[in-house]
Amino acid sequence: MSPRPWQAEVYAALKTAGIGLIGYVPDAGHAHLIEAAHADPAMDAVVLTTEEEGIALAAGAWLGGVRAVLLMQSSGVGNCINMLSLPVNSRMPFFTLVTMRGEWAEFNPWQVPMGTATPAVLTAAGVHVRRADRPDDAAEMVAASAALAFDSEVPVAVLFSQRLIGAKVFTKPEPSPRTSGGTSEGAAPKVTP
Amino acid sequence: MNRNNDGILTPRNDGTLDRRAAVAALLRDPGDLLVVTGLGAPSYDVSAAGDRPQNFYLWGAMGGTAMVGLGIALARKDRRVLVLTGDGDMLMGMGSLATIAAAGAPNLAIAVLDNGRYGETGAQRSHTALAADLAEIAAGCGWSHITTARSMAEVEALRDRLRREPLFAVLRIAPEEQPRHLPPRDGAHLTHRFRRALGIGTD
Repeated sequence: MSPRPWQAEVYAALKTAGIGLIGYVPDAGHAHLIEAAHADPAMDAVVLTTEEEGIALAAGAWLGGVRAVLLMQSSGVGNCINMLSLPVNSRMPFFTLVTMRGEWAEFNPWQVPMGTATPAVLTAAGVHVRRADRPDDAAEMVAASAALAFDSEVPVAVLFSQRLIGAKVFTKPEPSPRTSGGTSEGAAPKVTP
Repeated sequence: MNRNNDGILTPRNDGTLDRRAAVAALLRDPGDLLVVTGLGAPSYDVSAAGDRPQNFYLWGAMGGTAMVGLGIALARKDRRVLVLTGDGDMLMGMGSLATIAAAGAPNLAIAVLDNGRYGETGAQRSHTALAADLAEIAAGCGWSHITTARSMAEVEALRDRLRREPLFAVLRIAPEEQPRHLPPRDGAHLTHRFRRALGIGTD
């Protein structure tokens, strides 16, 4: 599937920000960034077993002089909390892009609790939280947030709203004569595995 | 692993290596080796062997030591990185053994000081005193250079291998506690001096 324009712009923004290492726990909403990272000879891409590994990975990269980003889903944020003491206590930058679940046309109720808690939990752990809701400002939000993280040396998370990404489709909708067309950007979910 | 007929585990035999002597041997003439240490006694052991700016000590972030090592190793592929940690930290970050093997980092080695105890919290037995073998776990995760040291002669042989190979080494150390030798615990200080030692600007 070819990326939507804003997704390609976000990868370009990461490159402009000087990111050289991407750690990720796979998520359909990050699929383009993950593919682009693996295809980029100037980028290290590391698949993680759990999101907290990515915090420690990014801290090590900073110690070695490389800027890293962690890609994860909102469900993974809860796995990270104690590990965030590492960048917070060491006054290191930390930068993460979080695809949100549980907030927009969510089919899976198991995604709702952590999705709901994500901004508060990150804030409580000392992370500055920003949010990208619209395709036309996602890349700018990433660029500005990366600058905040790496120039001011603070932890920053950008939440990609579920409306921006498109809700995951589990079952094909039944055709219904009562349903009219009328879809917005977020209400036109792409089918994901 | 020992189980009786009822399936009840009996603890393994404890290791006998003196942890301070073993770590001092591993870190003799460290050169420009970059060292990351896990919280608790491994940080004290490395500090006792000689504090230096190329040592990054964790005082928390349990389970993260090996991944900090991977981050450094990927950032500085021209340098050797050694992770020195304990069995409790390695058990908590067990998934990172799979991550590191999958990522491939020829300049990274891990040495686990395995006493089968959670030493900071009252010497409760850990899984490696009961059922788990970290060397076998590493093998199952895809590590190909693996060894377990039980004598000082074997530790001496490790010293060079840890600086040449992507080695996962388990050192079976004695459970006795040693006096605490506290390294600096200000993470920002440790970060800045580590980066400065690598010539990275900290303006």
